[in-house]
Formats: sequence, C-alpha cells, structure tokens
Amino acid sequence: MQWETVIGLEVHIQLLTQSKIFSSAPTRYGAEPNTQANLIDLGMPGVLPVLNAEAVNMAIKFGLAVDANIAPRSVFERKNYFYPDLPKGYQISQYQIPVVGNGHIDIQLEDGEVKRIGITRAHLEEDAGKSLHEDIADKSGIDLNRAGTPLLEIVSEPDLRSAKEAIAYLKVLHALVRYLDICDGNMQEGSFRCDANISVRPQGQTELGTRTEIKNMNSFRYIERAINYEADRQIALIESGKQVQQQTRLYDPSNNETRPMRTKEEANDYRYFPDPDLLPLTVTQDQIDTIRAVLPELPKQKRQRFQEQYQLPEYDARVLTATRELAEYFETAVKHTQGTPKLVANWVMGDLASALNKAALDITQSPVSAEQLASLITRISDNTISGKIAKTVFEAMWAGEDNADPDAIIANRGLQQVTDSSTIEAIVDEVIANNPTQLEQYRSGKDKLFGYFVGQVMKASQGKANPQQVNELLQAKLKA
Amino acid sequence: MHNKTLTELTQCLANKDCSSEELTQVFIDRIKLLDPSLNSFITINEEQALLAAREADQLRAAGKAKPLTGVPLAHKDIFCTKGIKTSCGSKMLDNFIAPYNATVVNKCNAAGMILLGKTNMDEFAMGSSNETSYYGYVRNPWDQACVPGGSSGGSAAAVAAGMTPAATGTDTGGSIRQPAAFCGITGLKPTYGRVSRYGMVAFASSLDQGGPMARTAEDVALLLNVMAGFDEQDSTSLDAPVPDHTATLNDSIAGLRIGIPQEYFREGLNPEVEAAIIKASQALEKLGAEIHEVSLPHTHLSAPTYYIIAPAECSSNLARFDGVRYGYRCDAPKDLDDLYMRSRDEGFGDEVKRRILIGTYALSAGYYDAYYLKAQKIRRLINDDFQQAFTKVDVLLSPTTPEPAFKIGEKVNDPIKMYLNDIYTIAVNLAGLPAISVPAGFVNDLPIGMQLIGNHLQEAKLLNIAHQYQQVTDWHQRQPEEV
Repeated sequence: MQWETVIGLEVHIQLLTQSKIFSSAPTRYGAEPNTQANLIDLGMPGVLPVLNAEAVNMAIKFGLAVDANIAPRSVFERKNYFYPDLPKGYQISQYQIPVVGNGHIDIQLEDGEVKRIGITRAHLEEDAGKSLHEDIADKSGIDLNRAGTPLLEIVSEPDLRSAKEAIAYLKVLHALVRYLDICDGNMQEGSFRCDANISVRPQGQTELGTRTEIKNMNSFRYIERAINYEADRQIALIESGKQVQQQTRLYDPSNNETRPMRTKEEANDYRYFPDPDLLPLTVTQDQIDTIRAVLPELPKQKRQRFQEQYQLPEYDARVLTATRELAEYFETAVKHTQGTPKLVANWVMGDLASALNKAALDITQSPVSAEQLASLITRISDNTISGKIAKTVFEAMWAGEDNADPDAIIANRGLQQVTDSSTIEAIVDEVIANNPTQLEQYRSGKDKLFGYFVGQVMKASQGKANPQQVNELLQAKLKA
Repeated sequence: MHNKTLTELTQCLANKDCSSEELTQVFIDRIKLLDPSLNSFITINEEQALLAAREADQLRAAGKAKPLTGVPLAHKDIFCTKGIKTSCGSKMLDNFIAPYNATVVNKCNAAGMILLGKTNMDEFAMGSSNETSYYGYVRNPWDQACVPGGSSGGSAAAVAAGMTPAATGTDTGGSIRQPAAFCGITGLKPTYGRVSRYGMVAFASSLDQGGPMARTAEDVALLLNVMAGFDEQDSTSLDAPVPDHTATLNDSIAGLRIGIPQEYFREGLNPEVEAAIIKASQALEKLGAEIHEVSLPHTHLSAPTYYIIAPAECSSNLARFDGVRYGYRCDAPKDLDDLYMRSRDEGFGDEVKRRILIGTYALSAGYYDAYYLKAQKIRRLINDDFQQAFTKVDVLLSPTTPEPAFKIGEKVNDPIKMYLNDIYTIAVNLAGLPAISVPAGFVNDLPIGMQLIGNHLQEAKLLNIAHQYQQVTDWHQRQPEEV
C-alpha cells in the first residue's frame, strides 16, 4: 500500500524583547542561574503580571508578514499544572482566542512547485524555567532565568506531506522571523524549537490517521530524521495489524528513534481559564497600520527586487535572500564594486560560500568583508587580475594575508595581470619558437592544439598574461 | 487617646498635643494589654514602629509633615511588608518574610503612617469568622465568646478595641464589610480596581479588593485617599483620577434616591436586624433622602455563582504554594510528588483545601462549561441587575449581614451556614461595585451594620451618606465595655 504522511508543526520562537513578557527582568541568554528572575518571575505571593507591549508588537509583525488576521481582542489564559520550574503553578498563554489567526506561508518544493502552507494561529505565552539535574549531587536545581521569556507559538495546518516539506517550511519560517527581527533564530539556545504532529494514512484517504506528537526539537537535521522515523514506525505498526496510539513522544538523536513520553490518558487536565490578572488584549487598527508601515522588506519581496534590480536569475535571488545577513552582504558588495551584480553573486554563492561552509562559519563571521570582496571583484573587472588569479588572491584574503586587502596581496605577490602587448607578444613568440612540431600539426588542421598554446603562454607568464590578449595574439601568429 | 478617631489624631499631632512616638506607644501598650485575649495581631511591629514614629516626629519638627505623618495603623497580614512576616493567616507562609512592599503598604508609608503590626485573618482570606486562621481565632471585643467576622476580623477587632485607629482589610465576598458590621466599625470595599492589588496575596483575583477600616466614615475617607489610585503594576487597576473623598462628606443628601432591594429582606434575615435597618433608612429619609423599593432578581444565584468563581480562581492562585521556593516544605520528601502533596496537605488548613478542591473540580475538563462558564454568565446577569437598579436610584441600602456576630465554633462545621453569612455582600464583589458597612444599631448587645452600595467609583457618594448618617446617630461612637 502507498502511504501518505501528514504533518503539522508547532514552532515556538523566543521573541527578541529586552525584558520578559510579564516582568521587567532582562531576557539575556547564558547568565548565572536565577540572576535574571525578579519577584514576578519567582511567582512571589501577591505579584501581578503586566504585559510587555513590545512582545505584542512582534506578534502583530509576524501576523502581518504571513497575511494573517490580527485579533482586535485576544485573551490570556492560565494553563494549570505543577512543575518545579513553573513558579506560579500555571503558565500564562493564549488558548481560545489567540492574537494571530489564519495566515499562510509559501514554500518551494524540490521540483520547483510552490506550495501554500496554512498557519492556523500564533499566540503569545511565557516560557517556563529550567530544571538542572546534572550539577548538584542527589538534588535537582531550578534556574528561573528563562521563566517568563516571551514566546510566540506558531501552529501550522496539517498541510505538510513529508519531512522534506516540513524542513522547507521551517526554513522559510526561520528566515522570516529573522527578517522581521523578532527572533534571533538560534536553535541551539532554544530560540526556535519545534513540536511535530505526525500521522499516516493510505494514499487517497481524506480522513486523518491517529497522530503522535514529537516534542521539543531544535535542529533541522533531527526534525527531518525524527519525522521520517516516526512515519516509518507508524506505517510498520499499521501494516503489522496494530494501531497507532495517540501519544506524546520524544526524539532521541543518539539512537535515531522516538520514544513515548505520555499517552492521551496520562495527559494533564490543564484547567484553562481566562487569567483574571490580565485584561483582554486589545489591538487597534491604528496600531496595526503603524506596525505595517515599518515592516521590513520580506524574503519574497527581496527576491523579486533582486531579480529586477540586479538582473539575477531566480535561483541566485533565492539563494542570496535566504537570510537577511546574506542579502545584506551581497548588496554591500555590489555597492562597493565596479563588477557586475552577477559576478558578485557568483563569488558570494561560489568561492565565499564554499569557504564559509568548509570552515563552518555563517556569513556574519566571514573573515572577508563585503567591502573587501567588492575590491577583489573590481580588480577582476578592471583587468588587474584574471578570474583565476582572483581565486589565489581570495585564498590569501581568507587566510588574513595583508589584512585581507586584495590590492596589497596583488602588489606584494606580483600578481598583477600583464596587459602590455609587447611583453605578451614576446612570450607568444618564444612559445611558438619552442614548439615547432605542434605548430606544424596545428597549421595542418589540428585546431585543438590552440588550447595547448594558450596553456603554454599562461604557464610561461605565471598565469598573469591577459587571457584575451593572449588569445588574440596567438590567433594572429599561428595563422601566419 | 486610643479612643480618638484618625481625624482627631491628625489634629493632635498637628497641634503638637502629642508626639507620634507617644501615640505609637499608647497603641503598642494597648495591643500588649488586650491582644493576649483578643488575638487580633499576628505580628506586632513594636521596634520599627517606634523608630518610624521618632522619624515622623523629626519630620514634623522640620515642618515636613504630611497630614497623616506619624499616625499609626495596622495592615491585614495579606499585604506584603518588606522584611516583616506576611503569613496570610496560614501555616504555609508562617516562615515567609516578604521581600517587597505591597503598593498599598508603600502608599501608607509614603503618607508617613506608622505600621503597628499585621492583623489576624482567616487563612488566605477564606472564611467569615476568623476561625480558619492558623494563628487561632480572634475574639469579638463586644463579646469575647463571639467571632469578629472575617476574613479581616483581626483588623476589625483591633479598630473596635482601640488597638489601632485604622486598619487595612481586603474584601472578596464581604471580608471588610461583614467584620466591620460585627465589630461596630465602618469599612469600605472600594470599586474593583480602585485600590491596587499588587502585593496583596491573591485569593480570587477578579473579586479581591483592598479597602480601609476605621471608626468613622470620615476616617475611612482619609485612609481611602491614601490607598486609592492607578498602579501600573496592577493591570486591573483603574486609571481614573482619585477625588478627595473628604471634600464631599458634608454635602447634603436631600433628594438622594435610596433603593431597598426587596430580595435582601426575605427569610433568613433576623427580624431585629431588619427593624434596625428600617430605622436607619428612616434616619436617612429625615435627612431628605427618598426611599424606593427595587428588585435584584438574580440575588438567589449570587452565592452559588460566587462559590464557583472564587474557588476556581483560588485553586489556581494557590498553586504557587508548592514548597519549592518559599513557604512551608514538608520534612524529608521522598520525591517530587511527595514534596507537593505533603507540603500542601500539611501547610493548608481545611477550608483552604475545601475551596481548592471545589475550584479544581469546577475548572476540570468536562465541567468547565457547566460550572465556571455558567457562573460567569450569571455574574453578568447579577451585574445587569445592579445597573438596572441604578437607573432608578443612586445607591442601595441593605443589612450588611443577616444577623449579628455568632458564637465561636457555632458554624465552623457547617460551611453552607457559614457561607450564607455573606449573602448580602457577595453580589457586590461579583459586580465590582463599591459598598460600605456603617454601624447601625445593636441586636443582643452586639453591633450590626447597614450596607450602602453605590455604582462604580461612587465611593465619595457612599462616604458622604455614611458621614451624614453618623452626624445624626452615635452607633459608631460606642465602645465595647469589656475592653
């Protein structure tokens, strides 16, 4: 039987506010335990939450970027359960009426087709603290630094049909929230994490199968593996005549498997009810208009602009706009060079990208700045060096030679292209003189040997002779 | 000196008839004398109070005193006081020294008032008799065999016995007004949101409201001026200007339309209490007010509604008392569940547990719609009743309680009977309205209270009527003989 996998994702993004969602404590990552938790985060008797307006603005920003409805009135509720890192004994979250409802994101599939993925809702909530089980002998520690950190939970429709689609969706979402500057997207630190709801059904069936939920994954690779593992597990269960149990599961990357965490029957009754300490959140049209007016250029718009303004192919535009930082790097380089945007694109997507990849660096950590790369490209386009020599110069820049200044490297290494006709002519003459056999063969019709002569001339000039001039001179002299 | 009103004491201090230190000493001595039997204080703040009083005297000498600088008061032990134990009447918080001040405490401090101590109360403000306190019951100064009412029973008894000129209280279903009535003092529950709840340990967040308790309406007005006002730390506090509540005390009440809700005068009401309240309404008529009969048709639903909403909110509010960060923790917990269960089992008293259970049940999956949601809908109807009435009259008048103070132990084993004590007061909390209890006579030698209910933010009107009534009656001036 042919099986179809159905996936819906819940992504928690940590919002880039200065302070927590209901208190004035800072949200910086990595501080000493419990140094960024104030009376409110500690759930002291008598304290009350006050909503951080910046978190609301960020949620609205997101909603507008995915063409969603912004609720004029939404409600914070209490999700009640006991856990030591949950100081109040409840989490404040939005349940029945979220601030963002009903939007969508377009993703591109491997075959190039564009698929629209529905976004059911996005709601604001506070994060819990962390339990520390390792550092203290026989005891568990609690770090409440993260308690009260603002989260936006983004829930997709079950529109995704494979792990690949899920990853494509997550990458678009990841780029989007960073474009919007509402999340740093740091997956290792948990700023962007994902729960996946997965079910399988026979191809062609409209009814959904029983789903499981895999909790708390924070790496694209693991998410892809976990979904594939879980879909296979469910298919194997059904094919062997068993049933999928509705469950919450955890993915264990070291064994590449998912394991049950709790079943539906064991699930908490969260006893949601509207938080009487907070008034319903109201958002006015004015507020929405103000935020819309300052919305940054989004990936899709940027892609279109790159194609038009820089005359780039769709593929290049897509790659270069994958992150805001990469797009910024490209545009800075274009601004500072005399080379064509396409040449810049080739360099950014080619030599630079592979060097970064090899060194496991991201674009913001590049040892070669956009301005420096721009100078290098200028030197190609003004014929100071050839494209081939430029690769040598780039390597030297990457290694930090001469402070990554291409002009200094070219000068110090004597890599300047030879464009003086008489110098090149002398080399050409010498090569022809030294290769009488090849000359004879060429002249008797073996055209292929032209390349041989070019190679010899370039070799003799240590690669510095202007290739175009070499070509022209050889053409003329070999014929004679 | 201990018999003087807050207003008189500010005069004494202003005229330098006495110093704040002397005054504070008088009240501390009186607490030491009377409180071993009355038990209205959980913490006496003697040393710090005297220190603060000396500073107040220096301020006054330097000409920097405000009207209430150096005047003593007591806070209900539900308000967090920095560096001072804040127990909320519970074993759970017996070891809890608050690390911060409630907004109300800060406001009283800023006005220069001296904190004498923290008053006894029903555990987590859940009770109508002060018998649920971990620190033992409070005795009514008018008859020590009787309860002072609750949950602000310590505050009421302390004011009535002259151990403090004024005190703060909180009122979730009548917890200021009922003990004020039982102890023969004046107590105001302000409009929901008029007084900040920040730093007030939460019982039922949508109903809780702090307010002043003192001998006279004038004193209550003075203290309300200090306590009231918007607080950005409380999202439910009202961002509305605060009038000087003393400025309109002497306005005439001629032409005032007073509504008598007929549903508040039916079975269950002690006939002598009824007679006293009718007499009080006649006194107001003599002052020019008109009396109209009105109806609040959903009155019979207010107790069931209240006893869903208040426990539901309390079940969530009290979840933070888990033995993890502060408060009581059981000995040698075996594991996390044991820590939770025994800490809460040993730290909470029966009434608190009863309400947590009811509230947890009411919010549970499958019951939420039938209980909590339904209760919220009825709450709206109760609110509509009042708004309907206020289209015809300016204020409503009723007894505060169906009967005077009952005997200690009399109702402690019958929660339903106990809950019915709040039958005239709880609807006011459900509707978020202001209401005042004013001494209005005696039944069986025990004081009783008249309740006046106003529309939102009509505290000044209520205080004006109460003050005018107190100009023609002397119930509020009577003092218990035994103490």
